[in-house]
Amino acid sequence: MILAKVLGNVVATQKNYRYENARVMLCEQITPEGDPGGNTILALDSVDAGVGDTVLIVQEGWSASTAATGKAGAAIDSAIVGVVDRIDLLENEAP
Amino acid sequence: MQLARVIGTVVATVKNESLHHRKLLIVQSLNKDLEPQGKPLVAVDAAGAGVGELVFWCRGKEASFPFKREDTPTDCTIVGIVDSDQHVSRQ
Repeated sequence: MILAKVLGNVVATQKNYRYENARVMLCEQITPEGDPGGNTILALDSVDAGVGDTVLIVQEGWSASTAATGKAGAAIDSAIVGVVDRIDLLENEAP
Repeated sequence: MQLARVIGTVVATVKNESLHHRKLLIVQSLNKDLEPQGKPLVAVDAAGAGVGELVFWCRGKEASFPFKREDTPTDCTIVGIVDSDQHVSRQ
């Protein structure tokens, strides 16, 4: 899983039917320290994440599809599966 | 998934049978400011997208799921069309 910050969402009327009723969130990968600047990715929400939240994103199809739609086998590669409350790091251990 | 702009089309007469009648489009992935991020890729279209549109695409094995999933060779498939640039909301 990766750490990311939720920036917003995108609205798409025309989309694969498995995306119906899903929220497509615009996210940016962050470091454990919270520094932004990573890749921008889209992920389906499965935990009612909001803008500004630090979240856990799983980037594996079966897990993402199951978490976001309740069923495997959709063309979904990323899903938000957790909202991070806090991160504790050992000093000088993080890259 | 990634946001991307469709910037072109690809014509390939000789191709895997499972790709027959599929639209091949060049997509340039974008960052949160809708600026290019990474190199352009060739995507198979599963959403009815066209050149100039803002779309999002799915990577990996899951990219073949909108089609005959066992044998459609793709790792990049357009699965949605963003209504407009203004429909990308962010803080």
